[in-house]
Amino acid sequence: MRSIINYLKEVYFGVKSLLVGMKVTGSYFFRPSTIVTQKYPNNRKDLVMFDRFKGEVIMPHNEKNEHKCTGCGICELNCPNGSIEIISKTITTEDGKKKKAIDKHIYRLGMCTFCALCVKTCPSNALAFGQKFEHAVFNRELLIKTLNKPGSQLMKGVE
Amino acid sequence: MEEQVKNISTDEQQEYVINMGPQHPSTHGVLRLVVSLKGETVKSVQPHIGYIHRGIEKMCESITYPQIIHLTDRMDYLSAHINNEAVCLTVEKALQVEIPDRIKVIRTIMSELTRIQSHQLWWASFGMDLGGLTCFFYGLRDREKILDIFEETCGSRMIVSYNCPGGVMYDLHPNFQQKVKDFIKYFRKILPEYDQLLTGNVIFHERSKGIGKLSLEDAISYGVTGPSGRASGFSCDVRKHEPYSAYDKVQFKEILFTGGDTYFRYVARIQEMWESMNIIEQLIDNIPEGPYAVKMKPVIKLPEGEYYQRVETARGELGAYIISDGNKNPYRVKFRSPNFVNLSVLNHIAKGFKIADLVAIGGSLDLVIPDIDR
Repeated sequence: MRSIINYLKEVYFGVKSLLVGMKVTGSYFFRPSTIVTQKYPNNRKDLVMFDRFKGEVIMPHNEKNEHKCTGCGICELNCPNGSIEIISKTITTEDGKKKKAIDKHIYRLGMCTFCALCVKTCPSNALAFGQKFEHAVFNRELLIKTLNKPGSQLMKGVE
Repeated sequence: MEEQVKNISTDEQQEYVINMGPQHPSTHGVLRLVVSLKGETVKSVQPHIGYIHRGIEKMCESITYPQIIHLTDRMDYLSAHINNEAVCLTVEKALQVEIPDRIKVIRTIMSELTRIQSHQLWWASFGMDLGGLTCFFYGLRDREKILDIFEETCGSRMIVSYNCPGGVMYDLHPNFQQKVKDFIKYFRKILPEYDQLLTGNVIFHERSKGIGKLSLEDAISYGVTGPSGRASGFSCDVRKHEPYSAYDKVQFKEILFTGGDTYFRYVARIQEMWESMNIIEQLIDNIPEGPYAVKMKPVIKLPEGEYYQRVETARGELGAYIISDGNKNPYRVKFRSPNFVNLSVLNHIAKGFKIADLVAIGGSLDLVIPDIDR
């Protein structure tokens, strides 16, 4: 007799536990406002990333096409996996002095691990993080980027 | 002749060996388990590891100390922040740097958030392993809120790289405190839902109670730490026994059970989420003012010697062991990773259970494969 009661108890509590679980899932059916799914990529236009989001390394230029990179190479030294390479050149300034400047600041996005050491250690704050995150391309070469824009110059006053 | 064949009982038939993995959904990564079966009963489990070996310990020897941080993220990616902390604490210990309270508190809050999100993902995937796909959506939905907090302050969601020797990379975002408070308020309401969905479920009980029992003696002799060890009664919480960061300032209790089976390993993790929320609530309102990082030398060189620091990740005890010869690169780095040690017990506890139980046992140990291989 006892075993039968125990068996029925088991069945009762078992079915009850299943119904409790189904109540949780079912309740969301009547509360559609609590659903959090984002309709990416349809919401691309009004999708705003956070300010500090590490999408890619960029070199901000001002409206006169000037950047702050002096070509010191500290970012290249700090990069743990060699994604940054700086090719520098010597230029002659107006008063006849010879000066080192960057020719190309090469950034290999495919190798970057977004550790933020380059941005953090840059003494003249020349690098920053961009918000772009859709980086898929068909050709691997396209992931090698030159950060300084063509014809750009060092900002005045940055040493 | 035919009679002889008929007389062979099932016990005398050959063992059946199958490969579970390397690409098996329940191993959560590339882990190959060679399972010897007799019928459906597991006779032995042999883990074959190394499918995702990247040589992180060797790579550490050729890079500087601040650069090591971004590699430790990629060991146990679910407790990335705590891994970073282990290396930072070791370096700071070696240099004998005094760390201000603000940094300690920030690190503790971040570690506990990491622990919660790790357990949420574990709960999600554990439910899925046992056939409850709903759990996966619920777990990931709530984890997203923590990842948003991380993204706002650290810049990335999972692989945060937020710690650096001497402090943290950026100061807390102005919204941080409010967001964490909102999350705790939200999650305190949601966590009972987890219990209603899975903890009380009769199917879950049948599949977890009494399965994969690990005794206290075995837990100690195998070195199983973390919630898996504490479910067997092994008091091994580094936060309690050897407090680092701000853990000596907060009140929390170590979750200990004596059952030691899959069900208790599950309950231990659910209880840990409650405890983590308690810890965060104690700290979030009084984050001390001060700098977010101590000024370190541009090239960090550790004095010659050996340094060790252990921390409590979401899966157990992680030890970072650094031998320095005085250069800017370490001479040798060794990580005592909790997952590698926890995996070693799998053969012992899965023996004699059915192959479907092996999935439950493996899920309850909460293995992260990149941490095993490193």
